[in-house]
Amino acid sequence: MAELIGVNKKATIWDKIKRFSLNNMVTIMFVIICYIGFYYSELSFAFFVNDLITRIARNAFLVLALIIPVLAGMGLNFAIVLGAMAGQVAIIMVTHWGIVGWQGFLICVVISAPIAIIFGYLTGKLLNKTKGQEMITSLILGFFANGLYQLVFLIMVGSIIPMENETLLLSTGVGLRVSIDLTGGLKYAIDDLIRWTLPRTLMMIGCVSILIGGFNIYKYTKGVPNYLKSKVKLRMINYSIAGLAFVIYSFVITNGSSLLNNIRVPIVTMVIIGLLCLFNIFISKTKIGQDFRTVGQDRHVATVSGIKSDKIRVTAIVISTLLAAWGQLFFLQNLGTLSTYGSHEQVGMFAIAALLIGGASVTKANIGHALLGTVLFHTLFIVSPIAGKNLFGDAQLGEYFRAFVAYGVIGLSLGMHAWKKQLQGKKL
Amino acid sequence: MKDKLHVYIKQFGLPRIIIVTFLLSLCVLAVIYNLSIAGLLSDTLVRTGMHGVLVLAMVPGILCGIGLNFGLPLGILCGLIGGLVSIELDLVGFPAFTTAILVSIPIAIVVGWGYGVLLNRVKGSEMTIATYAGFSAVSLMSIGWMILPFKSDEIAWIIGGGLRTTITLTGRYDKILNDFAAISIGNLTIPTGLLLFLIAMNLIVWVILQSKAGIAMKAVGDNPRFATAAGLNVNKYRTFGSILSTVLGAIGIIVYSQSFGFIQLYQAPMFMGFSAVAAILIGGATVKKASISHVFIGTFLFQGLLVVALPVANKMLTAGSLAEITRIIVSNGIILYALTQVGGGE
Repeated sequence: MAELIGVNKKATIWDKIKRFSLNNMVTIMFVIICYIGFYYSELSFAFFVNDLITRIARNAFLVLALIIPVLAGMGLNFAIVLGAMAGQVAIIMVTHWGIVGWQGFLICVVISAPIAIIFGYLTGKLLNKTKGQEMITSLILGFFANGLYQLVFLIMVGSIIPMENETLLLSTGVGLRVSIDLTGGLKYAIDDLIRWTLPRTLMMIGCVSILIGGFNIYKYTKGVPNYLKSKVKLRMINYSIAGLAFVIYSFVITNGSSLLNNIRVPIVTMVIIGLLCLFNIFISKTKIGQDFRTVGQDRHVATVSGIKSDKIRVTAIVISTLLAAWGQLFFLQNLGTLSTYGSHEQVGMFAIAALLIGGASVTKANIGHALLGTVLFHTLFIVSPIAGKNLFGDAQLGEYFRAFVAYGVIGLSLGMHAWKKQLQGKKL
Repeated sequence: MKDKLHVYIKQFGLPRIIIVTFLLSLCVLAVIYNLSIAGLLSDTLVRTGMHGVLVLAMVPGILCGIGLNFGLPLGILCGLIGGLVSIELDLVGFPAFTTAILVSIPIAIVVGWGYGVLLNRVKGSEMTIATYAGFSAVSLMSIGWMILPFKSDEIAWIIGGGLRTTITLTGRYDKILNDFAAISIGNLTIPTGLLLFLIAMNLIVWVILQSKAGIAMKAVGDNPRFATAAGLNVNKYRTFGSILSTVLGAIGIIVYSQSFGFIQLYQAPMFMGFSAVAAILIGGATVKKASISHVFIGTFLFQGLLVVALPVANKMLTAGSLAEITRIIVSNGIILYALTQVGGGE
């Protein structure tokens, strides 16, 4: 869309705003929809923030798992459903063995890894056979794997695979129950390790931010090369101001009687999500990250320059599937109930919708998109049933609207992308 | 000889061999378990007729080059509107059925035209986008079903709050085709009307495909560049194919509903496209090639498999829903196989 605006004349601020809004149409539209929904839902701000923090801790990991395949030019990996299955297999095993708490969670992490790697490898192989149609293939693959998953856990467990456990199995002794309660087991295994109140969390974030700002000031005073000057300057100002703002705001909350004081943030989960973000940045700067990008830009060029593009593609999917498996572990330990045959089904769709709402596209995705998208999409999740009820007297309407938005946003952004590609193809 | 066999297997496709073998072994099991073969056969015939038109809707889509039409729910929604209108008008019997079709066709033409225009803009990723176009249309219409101003007690909840989830067709056009001139031989019932309708629809599509427009459409689907060189308007004929496919989807769901005895609204149409896609692929179609015979063979095999699997699975295992799982694995497995055959590898 950007090319529609005149490039020849000097860009005024107005042009910049115009270009910005055209490029981020979906995101801006969502901010507006979310705001309207929030307004009509008449929720208290504290309740909303609490819900939102829970949901970010629950879902951000899964959304972040999608980024690497996008870099590698494989589009949105609907097959993270398989990763989620691997995570659930581990959870079922650990629950069966009765290992609880963070120890149980660690064992889940260990068990799910090889399963997810195998799934990812097979997915990658399949996607290499269907180049150009990766997204529909991974979508159908998700459905197909779901069939196999049901075959194993509904038919084989208890009949072919020996297993005895009254709380997990159906009364006939064959097949797992539809929902498995993780309370007293894996529920909050990681979330409850350390929980800080919201003001305290904000204070800590503020302090860290000020430290980074300070470090940049130190670097600036010691003298930096010219080409980095503006960057460092910007960093030191931004981080310091943001840090100060956080600290001041946390004081404001603590001294007021706001309900925000009662919100307790799962620190360990948040830190791990932060580490995953760093991992994503880190990997895109290493050799393999460069390879991902080269393959993503042009497979032929990559092959000519000696990169084994098929292998790189498989690696991308393996990493994505593995992260999805762990993401599902975080998701379920927070949720506390494993819906044996349903928890994984919509993982792909929701994560992808969130990523796209954040402003990502089939060829472009970064951490910012993932985090912003998670916040916006889950805002919609929280407000839409209540807003639907307040506006039309029916919560169901809000839920349908939410489903429409999730499907619609995926369809729309895939469509826009394909259309742009077609227009570019004509120009060449 | 061995080479010949190899070529034959390759043409027929490994998954199809597996499916046919699976079906045959199920039939053997059915005989062993003493199930009524005639009953199973008549069920299969009914379900073939029931799903046949929906599967037929795949043919124009594949031939005009938009690939497997995962956007079938769009057509289905148009058909549902037609079905509801005919009840709202308080019609009964054949007039009701015909009105349903006649109302839905113009709607389907408009929707199909829009759908075709959309797909022309996204060449190369039609299937993914069609899937999501279908999904989002179903969700949007779910809102629509809650607010559309239908008044009839049979359709809408009396207390308000939109339309019913399932609408009974008893006394309207329930099984009107199935029972038309049905022949009973012992336990075997042949739903003559239903099958005749399916054959008639196939005939109409066949005639369209032999017409000038049909041949042009096939040329466009086969090789767009060649078609352009020959002076054909590629986009126009792709749109034509989408319209045809959407209209058939609309008629298909009305036939399906009358045989099923209920109209299902809200989330029900979401995954109907996938079954239809799977059926035509089992019949021997590919992402690029399809014919009328594939419709018959595919629907019969796929529905036969499902019909026989259910009682056999129930005899084998009391617990679980093996038949449903079979459906998921078989239908998605065959779609995956078809996608790997597109030849995307360079």
